Amino acid sequence: MEWLRAWMLPPQGSEFAKEIDFVYMGIFWLSVVLFFGIVIPMSYFAWRYRFVPGRVTPHQTHNTTLEVLWSVLPLLLCVGLFFWGLVGYLKYIVAPGEAMEIQVTAQKWQWAFEYPDGTRSLNEVHVPVNKPVRFVMTSVDVLHDFYVPDMRVKMDVIPNRYTQIWFTPTVTGEKVSTCAEYCGKGHSDMRAKVFVDTQADYDKWMATGGTEYTQYPPEEWGKIQWERKGCQTCHNIDGTRSKGPSWKGIFGKMEKLNNGSTVLVDENYLRESMLQPNAKVVDGFEAIMPTFQGLLRQNEMDGLIAFIKSLQ
Amino acid sequence: MSTTPADLQHGGHGADGHDEHNAYHQHHFATMEQQFDTSKLGMWLFLVTEVLTFGGLFAGFGILQGRYPQEFIEAHEHLQRLYGATNTVVLLVSSFTMVMAVLAARTNQKKKLLVYLALTILCACIFMCIKYVEYSHKYHEGLLPFQWYSHEGDGIPGSHGYQAFFSFYFMMTGLHGIHVLTGIGFLSWLMVRASRDEFSSTYYTPVDLVGLFWHLVDLVWIYLFPLYYLIS
Amino acid sequence: MEHTLTSAHTGEHPRPEKNYLNETTGIWSWMSTLDHKRIGVMYLVGILTAFMIGGTFALLVRLALLNPQHTLFGKVWVTAEMYNRFFTLHGVVMVFLFIIPSIPGSLTNVILPLMLGAKDVAFPRLNLMSFYLWVVGAIMGVTSMIVGAVDTGWTFYTPYSTSTDGTVSLMVMAAFVLGFSSILTGLNFIATVHKLRAPGMGWFDMPLFVWGMYSTAVIQILATPVLAITLVLLAIERSFGIGIFDARLGGDPVLFQHFFWFYSHPAVYIMILPGMAIISELIPTFCRKTMFGYRAIAYSSVSLALVSFIVWGHHMFVAGQSQLANVVFSALTFLVAIPSGVKVFNWLSTMYKGNISFETPMVYALSFLFLFAIGGLTGIFFATLSVDIHLTDTYFVVAHFHYVMMGSTVIAFFGGLHYWWPKITGRMYNEFWGRLGAVLVFIGFNMTFGSQFIMGSQGMPRRYFNYLDQFQPIHAFSTYGSWVLGVAFLITAINLLASLKTGALAPPNPWGGTTMEWMTDSPPIMHNFHDQPVLEREPYDYRPKRVTHV
Repeated sequence: MEWLRAWMLPPQGSEFAKEIDFVYMGIFWLSVVLFFGIVIPMSYFAWRYRFVPGRVTPHQTHNTTLEVLWSVLPLLLCVGLFFWGLVGYLKYIVAPGEAMEIQVTAQKWQWAFEYPDGTRSLNEVHVPVNKPVRFVMTSVDVLHDFYVPDMRVKMDVIPNRYTQIWFTPTVTGEKVSTCAEYCGKGHSDMRAKVFVDTQADYDKWMATGGTEYTQYPPEEWGKIQWERKGCQTCHNIDGTRSKGPSWKGIFGKMEKLNNGSTVLVDENYLRESMLQPNAKVVDGFEAIMPTFQGLLRQNEMDGLIAFIKSLQ
Repeated sequence: MSTTPADLQHGGHGADGHDEHNAYHQHHFATMEQQFDTSKLGMWLFLVTEVLTFGGLFAGFGILQGRYPQEFIEAHEHLQRLYGATNTVVLLVSSFTMVMAVLAARTNQKKKLLVYLALTILCACIFMCIKYVEYSHKYHEGLLPFQWYSHEGDGIPGSHGYQAFFSFYFMMTGLHGIHVLTGIGFLSWLMVRASRDEFSSTYYTPVDLVGLFWHLVDLVWIYLFPLYYLIS
Repeated sequence: MEHTLTSAHTGEHPRPEKNYLNETTGIWSWMSTLDHKRIGVMYLVGILTAFMIGGTFALLVRLALLNPQHTLFGKVWVTAEMYNRFFTLHGVVMVFLFIIPSIPGSLTNVILPLMLGAKDVAFPRLNLMSFYLWVVGAIMGVTSMIVGAVDTGWTFYTPYSTSTDGTVSLMVMAAFVLGFSSILTGLNFIATVHKLRAPGMGWFDMPLFVWGMYSTAVIQILATPVLAITLVLLAIERSFGIGIFDARLGGDPVLFQHFFWFYSHPAVYIMILPGMAIISELIPTFCRKTMFGYRAIAYSSVSLALVSFIVWGHHMFVAGQSQLANVVFSALTFLVAIPSGVKVFNWLSTMYKGNISFETPMVYALSFLFLFAIGGLTGIFFATLSVDIHLTDTYFVVAHFHYVMMGSTVIAFFGGLHYWWPKITGRMYNEFWGRLGAVLVFIGFNMTFGSQFIMGSQGMPRRYFNYLDQFQPIHAFSTYGSWVLGVAFLITAINLLASLKTGALAPPNPWGGTTMEWMTDSPPIMHNFHDQPVLEREPYDYRPKRVTHV
């Protein structure tokens, strides 16, 4: 009967999906039995007791045994089903402690994801296979709902509060997540791709830092990095002096260093100043800048350089 | 005769032969008792829906009170307890005069009926006057509902506790006030009909029903008063 | 008065010249009427018009989903905004203008007093007022459709409904007015059932239709006021912003859902209980056999009404209410299965050893049993917490509630309409076309909505304008089904309308019914009965000892 399950339900992307499918198919077969339990007698009676003029029908008003039976049996059945559903639900609400946490922000009509290390991506999320991942979600406008059919999980995303879902993907590949709570014009296009990657692919993707940088021109992306990575605490961009030199008009200038030599501020000097900041310190400033080796991705560095270039 | 055209169209047949003498007997009731009981049942059912309507607002108030407990306590200081308490007494008195009016109608005492109805209306008017004084105080202080709220120097900036309190205050006392005004309308209508000798011990249904309505109005206020004036 | 209970009944009274339809003439005599039968007929015209409008929107919704490109004859004809309005208007019109007032306002208004042997409902003026409130609500609703647009879905969920453009406030106030119409109808029926039963008719001598409508009326007066105040709060929130539901002002959108479903779940039973009530009349009549388990059915109606108030949270398993609440609501929801099951088993047992004929109403009744079984059983999927998470907000829900609302209630309504048509109009419709309509409705309905179960379980969310190409074949099939449905209703409408001109004159009791409405003429005289009927036998008594007395 696997073909029937495969026809009715999406591919199983997690262990949880298998469990849900088992319950679903259980209820399905139960319903089939009950349905025919109703429709077969109905059809049989309709044929067997079809109208014959003048036939007298028996005066059966009730049968207590039968009535108790068909009240109590369904009740017992329902109690059983309730607990069966409860077991799966308890798994759904309790995420394992070691689960990786991804912040989800929904708005009309896009999904933004943020990883623990600050990496962000839009309408696309990568998760490593066989590791539990927890999505902590909030909305900035109306109700949305994060629904990954292959994982059989779904949860409303609500402004001013956090909701969560979790799953452990077991099958690699591209899945789709959809918005399942009506949110207006773009509701049906509010999809995100969920990539379940092997650990190696996942690491590779993380190395590029998500997809966020593709949304901005390099200068703007650099400005975002200036704010996010903390450059702005020491480097002003309006020409005023702070703990470090201002970036305004710095590009292409000859700078005097504290060892007496001069240097042309070009791409290579900027790159070196980020990775080994104390190799060449501008005269008049202390050598206090920490290294950003390993903290800046290539695209972020490119962005910062483009940003500095633009500050003329 | 003062039957409405509808009465004539509908009740003019009297096919069942009971209580033919009573002009207010509608044809689809067998007896006047049945008609009276039915009307009363209908009124009770209506009051149930009224209670549920106010109940929704009480629930909404409760939920917001849970959200802004401190601000609600501070906000209620702006209400004058004396006015609220006076109004409570006024309405209680009016409930009593209403009971007496129903009693008078039932015992064919037309004069007493008119006097008690007039007293009830008087109480209702006093209530509305005091309410007016209260509302105008709020108006001058800018303690208004919704986006018209403009009172200075209250609460936590950016929080909507005060505004929510006064929104509900005006919605609930306003809805109650509309009920009082409706009651005044009904009571005046009763006075007109009473002065035309339309009520008797066999037919005083409208007096009885308005009485029930009036008690509900009173009852709602008895819940509103501590809710708004006596928060602690 | 003689009332033999065979279909060959001719009656002691010759068919009178004057009946409630022609006793007085002129538009005004209808508009100002206090007669429950006339008000019922006016309601019937109104709600069938609403059904037509709502049905048109349904066909448009289906047409928009015919293919993923939304093209018709090679041209794109519909946008996402239009689609969102279509399904919103379909929902609002069908729920508030059609299905909630449908059976109570029209059939019950005509039949309930007749069944009780009463001359009218308890409060004829309120009855008329209830109808006019419906008209006012309908005008407000239609106005808001014409002057603006509403795209919130019929559920008006905040904060979407407080932030979207359009005439949401007007539509919400229309629903508010319609709520009052519903309250007054319910109030009237409760008082009528309590006080105007025929002499000798105890509570357990009432037809089961009356039990069903009594239970409905209880829900109408207890739940609707809460909806009314919720909608007012929503309109105020939208216009002034008091911060109850609007998250930007610190409000709670989930709170709106609690308020809304506290009414709207019981409202589901305002819709289905009347359907069950009608089936409880059709089955014994066409099986010519006494109702099996009369008391069980009566109690199950009342218990469904009561249970309906404590299960609203099952609409919100993934909406962000507390997890404990989810567990409790899931457990309570299973309770609904018991009285529903009891009814079905009793109906089946009534068929056992019956003498069953298949006139149009019985075809509808059998189709009801079939569809309600599916609608009810698929409810189990949603009550089960873990499965609900996957299925909720998908087409599975759409299919499920259409099986209950349309497959059950609307089918029962049309069964009842055919059953009482001779009583209401005094004419017999064409049996062939009637049956054909019923069978086509059944086929079209299963095509349209049966296919949606598959889409839903495959993960197709509801209210989707654009969909993945993989769903195209099933969507197209569903749309073809909607065309069959459309044709079926057209045939039914033409058949019924034609009967007004060409139909044979109806005898007082064409089906051999045992309840009191069959003891008077078809159509009844203005005051229903020539003499006050007195109950002498319990309802559905088909024992051969016929009562013939003076």
